[in-house]
Amino acid sequence: MNITKQKPFEEILESLANDTNIYIVGCGECATQTQTGGEEQVADIQARLQEAGKTIVATDVAHSTCHELDMKRIFRQNKAAAATADAFLVLSCGGGVQSVREATSKHVVPGADSLFVGNTKRNMVFEEKCSLCGECVLDEYGAICPVTRCAKGILNGPCGGTNMGKCEVDSEKDCAWVLIYNQLKSEDKLDKFMKIHSPKRWNAVERPGRINGRTADEEKGAA
Amino acid sequence: MARYREACESGKFVVSGEIGPPKGTDVREMVHHIDLLKDLVDGLNVTDNQSAVLRLGSMAVSHEIVTRGGDAIYQVTCRDRNRLAIQNDLLSAHFLGIRNVLALTGDHVSVGDHKDAKEVYDFESVQLIQAVKKMNEGFDWAGNELQGSTDFYIGAVVTPESDPIEPQKLKFEKKVEAGAQFFQTQAVYDMDNFQRFMEYARGVTEGQDVKMMAGLVVLTSVGMAKYMNKFVPGVFVPDDLLEEMASVPKEEALHKGMEICARHIRFCMDNNVCDGVHIMAIGKEEIVPDILRMAGLI
Repeated sequence: MNITKQKPFEEILESLANDTNIYIVGCGECATQTQTGGEEQVADIQARLQEAGKTIVATDVAHSTCHELDMKRIFRQNKAAAATADAFLVLSCGGGVQSVREATSKHVVPGADSLFVGNTKRNMVFEEKCSLCGECVLDEYGAICPVTRCAKGILNGPCGGTNMGKCEVDSEKDCAWVLIYNQLKSEDKLDKFMKIHSPKRWNAVERPGRINGRTADEEKGAA
Repeated sequence: MARYREACESGKFVVSGEIGPPKGTDVREMVHHIDLLKDLVDGLNVTDNQSAVLRLGSMAVSHEIVTRGGDAIYQVTCRDRNRLAIQNDLLSAHFLGIRNVLALTGDHVSVGDHKDAKEVYDFESVQLIQAVKKMNEGFDWAGNELQGSTDFYIGAVVTPESDPIEPQKLKFEKKVEAGAQFFQTQAVYDMDNFQRFMEYARGVTEGQDVKMMAGLVVLTSVGMAKYMNKFVPGVFVPDDLLEEMASVPKEEALHKGMEICARHIRFCMDNNVCDGVHIMAIGKEEIVPDILRMAGLI
């Protein structure tokens, strides 16, 4: 899930300084779970923007804002409001914001900062465990990712900053290398710890990433 | 030019010091420290943006040491440069007459003075050791042949007081396997612990020519010792040394710290605990000659 945090309201207002008619878009997936851009947050921002003198021409919480065709469909269905809007405020991750970009040529404003791809530890507690490196190495490390969970992302053991099981960078966070060591030890697989790992192939995914999983027939049909 | 390596390979008790480049262009004090120490020790480490704080570069200062007739141990961290930049620097350093490299992962930017910088860590210490070894063998990291190989003496670090110690030990073993030829430890104060660690390390390096140097950071006050215990991971000053530091008036604390350092040098030397010492006076390089005198080394 994409973990986001709402931008300070003042920053949103500043971005919308030259816009009067605002169309607010939320997201029914990640931003709802993180309480960044769900129904409640969209209603809250709507009220605050109105209080600040803005006119809200429409609000929509899309099923998933990152679905570009879906965003286009929503704006087609809500053509009149979309036509009167000066700006679209998007309460979702940066992917959602750019999905709206594809669906309108007007001013598009992000209402949230995208933080990381996160696991839900429990309600409203999220932790980053995967950084989408393109070549999963979890089997080498007892299914605990050093690329993501070590502050330095190093691949061959703890640095000098490991501190009684915690990380020097943030004492609230576990040292990934102590977790990896303990896990591999419990599996009697410390030989894996001893393996010298080469640096990551950072081009395993050519950035920006793109995958076309469609068959030739599907492509032909679309054309 | 290869004085440090020759000293290590000769089997004598090796002594190195450390130069911290200034933050800026005024190098007068640093040059004074270089001149003060270059002939008294076998080599001088030069820190690389130590503690992730921007400073004059370790390559330039290492070159200055070599030019002035000393031998430099060029510290290279993986924090600020990717594999292309690091190898480029290594070739440049070799061109400038630098022959010792100390491979480090490097402190995280969050502890330094450019906290918003993007940290790199494309390589980390074990991989950097491998990369230097490959360049010594005539190849770059990608496997391309070099037009002339490097001839670096490859160093690394280990933290004997790391808590927990087991993962640290395995990383040490990986550094040995990767090709580290000498080690300088993080600061050690508990000589019994260090001796036990060295028994383990000697076991790991048995049959290989790997030199082990005790890292000694001079205590300057009881407050500094307590601060390190509290805030510096992997550094442990035992109670008896805290008491010893506290037993003298404040103005004599530095002298007491020097005494302790000299005593630890003698301990390592007389008991054949390790192959040498690396003395870190952290900005107080003036006192290093006195410490060496107190230890009977000069």
